Amino acid sequence: MNRYADLPWWADYLLIPLLNLAAAIALSAILLIAIGEDPLQAVQIIAEGAFGQAEGLGYTLFYATNFIFTGLAFAVAYHAGLFNIGAEGQAYVAGLGVAFVCLYLDFLPRPLIIILAAIAAGTCGAAWAFIPGYLQAKRGSHIVITTIMFNFIAGALIVYLLVNHLSPAGSMQPETRTFSPTARLPLLHDIFELFGLSISHSPLNASFFWALICCVLFYILIWRTKLGYELRTLGANPLAAVYGAMSPPRLIIIAMMLSGALAGFMALNEIMGSQHRMILDYTSGYGFVGIAVALMGRAHPVGILLAAVLFGALYQGGAELAFERPAITRDMIVLLQGLVIMMAGGLEHLFRPNVEKLFAMRRPSIAGAR
Amino acid sequence: MASPERRRIPSDSPTAIELRNIVKHFGSVHANRGVSLQIKRGTIHGIIGENGAGKSTLMSILYGFYRADAGEILINGSAVVIRSPAEAIALGIGMVHQHFMLVENFTVLENIVLGAEGGHILNRGLAEARNAVNMLKRDYGLDVPAGTLISDLPVGLQQRVEILKALYRRAEILILDEPTGVLTPKEADHLFAVLRKLRDEGKTLILITHKLREVMAVTDSVSVMRKGELVATLDTGSTTPAELAALMVGRSVSLTATKSHRKTGRCILELREVCYTDATGVERLKNISFALHEGEILGIAGVAGNGQSELLEVVSGMLRPTAGDILLHGKSCLGMSAKSLRKRGVAHVPEDRQHMGLVMSFEACENVILGYHDNAIYGSFGLLNRQMVIDDARRKMHAYDVRPPLPLLYASLFSGGNQQKLVLAREIDRHPDILIVGQPTRGVDIGAIEFIHQRLIELRDRGKAILLVSVELDEIRSLSDRILTMCNGLVVGECTPAAAESAISLMMAGISPDKAA
Repeated sequence: MNRYADLPWWADYLLIPLLNLAAAIALSAILLIAIGEDPLQAVQIIAEGAFGQAEGLGYTLFYATNFIFTGLAFAVAYHAGLFNIGAEGQAYVAGLGVAFVCLYLDFLPRPLIIILAAIAAGTCGAAWAFIPGYLQAKRGSHIVITTIMFNFIAGALIVYLLVNHLSPAGSMQPETRTFSPTARLPLLHDIFELFGLSISHSPLNASFFWALICCVLFYILIWRTKLGYELRTLGANPLAAVYGAMSPPRLIIIAMMLSGALAGFMALNEIMGSQHRMILDYTSGYGFVGIAVALMGRAHPVGILLAAVLFGALYQGGAELAFERPAITRDMIVLLQGLVIMMAGGLEHLFRPNVEKLFAMRRPSIAGAR
Repeated sequence: MASPERRRIPSDSPTAIELRNIVKHFGSVHANRGVSLQIKRGTIHGIIGENGAGKSTLMSILYGFYRADAGEILINGSAVVIRSPAEAIALGIGMVHQHFMLVENFTVLENIVLGAEGGHILNRGLAEARNAVNMLKRDYGLDVPAGTLISDLPVGLQQRVEILKALYRRAEILILDEPTGVLTPKEADHLFAVLRKLRDEGKTLILITHKLREVMAVTDSVSVMRKGELVATLDTGSTTPAELAALMVGRSVSLTATKSHRKTGRCILELREVCYTDATGVERLKNISFALHEGEILGIAGVAGNGQSELLEVVSGMLRPTAGDILLHGKSCLGMSAKSLRKRGVAHVPEDRQHMGLVMSFEACENVILGYHDNAIYGSFGLLNRQMVIDDARRKMHAYDVRPPLPLLYASLFSGGNQQKLVLAREIDRHPDILIVGQPTRGVDIGAIEFIHQRLIELRDRGKAILLVSVELDEIRSLSDRILTMCNGLVVGECTPAAAESAISLMMAGISPDKAA
């Protein structure tokens, strides 16, 4: 039977994620009360911090951009039945590609640099995902194991490169030099200024638009192309894919490379849009949170967009909360975010049986002997 | 088939099960509409009906898988509420499922005690079970090697383990869901003997099936379900298969396909000494050679699991034979992908539509393009034109009478027969030269069987070739122009559909006709 056939679509796409979120908030409230804080006030600070002023909103959308890319990355593999938990490493390696373009090709005109950097980000991410994809397709090495190992390999590789080769002579910092101004993505407030509009300064940059375009392209790919049809068939019923004259190894590799490329685009936002240099551990967990974003968004671009904005708000509002309330430390914020990730991602189906039961009861029962 | 020894049901014998006005909905589907039924203790009661008639739902309610929306269940005269299979077992109800619920890498004994180990120390439970199993073996002739792994047992014996499991849990009422689907005629006869013995010991047995000959062979009384309603309960002795079929479908149906004389043409497909060894090193196909001609239906008879599945997959290009050659129109097509074979007019209706032929979580229209999605009519430049897909699906669904004809409905929501019609629509509607079809009517209701058989014969009469694999001997005999019988990866012999059933049965057991003579 179809897994979700028992619920109307709105319950599946809205009610259950909202229930999960509510449960996370309830748990967080208990924690806050336990340390003597007022949860209502905390929610207010988070909401105001994330959406209250244009600056906060800018940061929220900046974080959301990362989550859109990593969420889409996880979702595209998920549709093909693959659990790519290596977005972290794929984005990390993609940062290297972006850095190479921005460091060594910065004599080119700015639009060309941006295009080349985007291509480099996608290619490097895809290449890093290709290896686990190939191993899964041709050797049966499980993708979950290999992608997580490749995160560590990427980490070690980049430490080595940053320390030994990429840091400028004489510098003790494990990071590259700062990119020249032409090798940066235009910030949103700069773009608005071109049109004579003034908005608050934030790291929100042009890659946000690319993330939105990726959402549309993702939808077209998955539901409106033959390749997407094949990927979904593989994910839903691998035997039917073989029967339907598709090549599962080929599809596995394609899905992983698409996934890696999407994860890689995160480097545009962070490295080229905000940090303006390649630094250690710039991915700082966005790749993993992308899993929760994709699951909460039901692997649909609209859902992913909404979930990404939610997580962006938690990051930005959480930072605000730690700043406003000294009793709530940075670690406490991480804990609260962790609760949301746990409820939205890990315990995605916690409430499903109960909701299904409720809906079953609500159905009209034709007069019987009861 | 053994002669029917039927039990006259004394009108005063106590009622084991009574269902009163059972109502069950699944969404908009009304699966049971006020079903009332009484079953006497110590009888074998058949429940027949087409797929989707509600018989499995009714039994699932009795076994505690579902709860009825309304209605009452009485066991031995007292009203009970059954919330889970565990409660059903506690009330003495056991169930043997169509798909066995056994742990393949456990022994028979371990499977029997599973869930009823009786404490943390396994040895004691196993010893008790061994004694109990020995007693059951003596009482009912249910002989199984207790220490053998399930995976090493033939299906007939696996089914006995399921029955033993239920009896070990002291079942007084035993529900059997389509128990003969996987059995040879001989194994089925043995099963019926066991069922009669159980009945004579006072157990109550409910047999869910859609096979009329089983109902006639073994049951004492029979209920017919149609569209969620119980339309009749009859004494088996006073009814006929034709009457039951008419009650099931709601109109009179022909039970055997009628076809014109064969006009066999050129050889279109030839297998030469084809062998296939699977990844675990088991030889599944051994030197299979035969020719398939235009305008003929070549039937492959045999008990499930004797190489027929592999034969289907080798011929359709999903598996590559380890030796031998396959000639399509006289030229070797070895190494051709399933895709290029499809382009050359080889269509394949797989045995297992739920796991191979369809993607259950996809809409019907998405399933209608499976394997043909590359076709330019569904969009160019790699895009999928959804409107074209839906229109095409709607047309095919009408042509093949798929009900309901809704292209956007999920495949999982169609009944078995309609799922199969969906697959046939996809494969036959492209006018293939060769149709490879496995178990075309497995789990399909009688009305749809008639329809499917007609379509296959129509295709043959248009001069196309059909390779038909089925475990239903009746089906093979009524459709085929020639019959090959397979056993253990070998073609044991060839015969005509007019050959005696006993001769084919012998071949199905691996005894070739010349040896038997």
